[in-house]
Amino acid sequence: MLDIVISGLLLSGTYALVALGLNLQYGVSRIMNLANGEMLVLGALAAFWMFTVGKLNPYLTMVLAAPLAFVGNWLIYRFLLRPLVSRSKNQGQLEVDSILATFGMSFILIGIMISIEGGFFAYKYLSIPIEILGTKASLSRIVAFAVACCIGLALYLWLNRSRTGMAVRAVAVSPQSALLVGINVPKISALAFALGGAITAVGGVLISTFITLDASIGVIFTMKALIIVIMGGVGDTRGVIIAAVILGLVETTVATLIDPGLTLAAAYLIFLAILLFRPQGLFGRKPT
Amino acid sequence: MIRGSFTELLIIALLAAFAATVPLIANGYWLSVCVTGMMYIALATSWSMFSGPTHYISLATAAFFGLGGYLLATGMSDYQQPFWLMLAIVPFTGAVLAALIGLATLRLSGVYFVIFTLGLAEMIRNLVSWIQNNFLGSRGLYVLTDYTEKHIYWMLLAVAATVYMLGWLINRSRLGFSLRIIGGDETVARHVGINTATAKVILFITTGFFGALVGGILAPRYSYIEPNQVFSPQLSFLVVIVALLGGSGRLWGPLVGVIPFTILWELVQTYFPNQTTLFLGVVFLVIVYFLPHGVVGRLEQILKQVRKRRS
Repeated sequence: MLDIVISGLLLSGTYALVALGLNLQYGVSRIMNLANGEMLVLGALAAFWMFTVGKLNPYLTMVLAAPLAFVGNWLIYRFLLRPLVSRSKNQGQLEVDSILATFGMSFILIGIMISIEGGFFAYKYLSIPIEILGTKASLSRIVAFAVACCIGLALYLWLNRSRTGMAVRAVAVSPQSALLVGINVPKISALAFALGGAITAVGGVLISTFITLDASIGVIFTMKALIIVIMGGVGDTRGVIIAAVILGLVETTVATLIDPGLTLAAAYLIFLAILLFRPQGLFGRKPT
Repeated sequence: MIRGSFTELLIIALLAAFAATVPLIANGYWLSVCVTGMMYIALATSWSMFSGPTHYISLATAAFFGLGGYLLATGMSDYQQPFWLMLAIVPFTGAVLAALIGLATLRLSGVYFVIFTLGLAEMIRNLVSWIQNNFLGSRGLYVLTDYTEKHIYWMLLAVAATVYMLGWLINRSRLGFSLRIIGGDETVARHVGINTATAKVILFITTGFFGALVGGILAPRYSYIEPNQVFSPQLSFLVVIVALLGGSGRLWGPLVGVIPFTILWELVQTYFPNQTTLFLGVVFLVIVYFLPHGVVGRLEQILKQVRKRRS
């Protein structure tokens, strides 16, 4: 029992990190990014590749990958998604366009990744078992959890204490009003999108140290991150973290007690419950 | 969307009559390409009946298709039921699945619907594999019939024609009218007294019905049915591409998209088998950035400009 709780909690740390990345992209930039999972897998591929070819420590890769992912996502937003934002007349139109465009990007990313590495990204790093509270967990999971917590905390402080962070939150609440108080909305949106992508890629590097991925698995992570964001409530950092813990625990329970092949089905069950009973998110208020 | 006229219906009937003669001319490789094309026509037309007016991108096609094929195979292989009986049953299971998904998600915003359908085929595949491995024991299902590609083609043609006819009738009905208002502005639709959720769910049910039916019809083509194969999520994306490439604003849009896409797709699969995913991505981007209303929308735009210049 304690087994499940501990490994579930450890898993949810990384999930929370990835969902926070998606939350920035959807909550602030208003882009429904369905290529989010592919960004994660790209991070994992980078870690795998650097480890097998360059014998590089994955945590070092993480430090290198983050700024690269930031620049890459900024370029994607600026040149591919910004035109969609300016051409759409309403939020619904933008949603349809961004969904289709990010589908395209996710397929292109998968295609590129398959041509780099068609098989599994399998490598071993820090898979030393460590005992905590009578349960064994590999060191890589614990490190991943710790790193995810640090980044999450840093993000939280940045959003709540800095001037730019406040601007980001203002755009999340209402892009129109943010414009009125002199916030450069396009710039902040691009920043949030790029930051979200960088966080997701970092999450991918962390996940790759304890889960074996392949090029086409991204959509499952996209699904999970989306479910977490919807469960937590779009734009709600606290809700997202709690939702990630719930998903991590439920998934680990299902994987341990029933079958590891059913984790996606478990995620769907949660999703269905949320849609039926609390579509506004765990802490959201009912829209009037 | 303009109301379907009788001339349009006549042209389509002529085209269908011509299409019915294809198996008499083509065989082997080309007939198999035509079967695939006809499958896309049936699936994409029923897809755009729902997604065209509402702008909700449904990715559930693979789930319905897989359900149809898998259940038909289970009935025939495990319970020795005849093909036609199973073919009569499976569409209703697709309709029930669609009704459940629709009731859970279509009351809310469209994004939830898209997200829900995104992983649906994959989730059902996991579930089916799990049930099969743990409870049924049998690892594979056989669909053995006397039907060849030729018969499958005619069945698909009949389905495609039915879908088209139904779409034409819906366009002329109150339901079609309310869907167009929903697509224009959902808030307005609600204010003029349209029950938006019911209208959307009804249309989505027809998509589920025909998706499962097509899946059932194609089962004899594979003869050996395996969850990994029939629940391939790629099908959902291919159907979206075919429909949007042609243009989902018109009922006959997918018809225009299907021929160039099927040929291109065959070429890419033959000559660049490792780049198929990359190709799909590029086509998606081309649609979003250069053909937002499909080939049909672009042609209509050009026609309008030509007419303006003349007058």
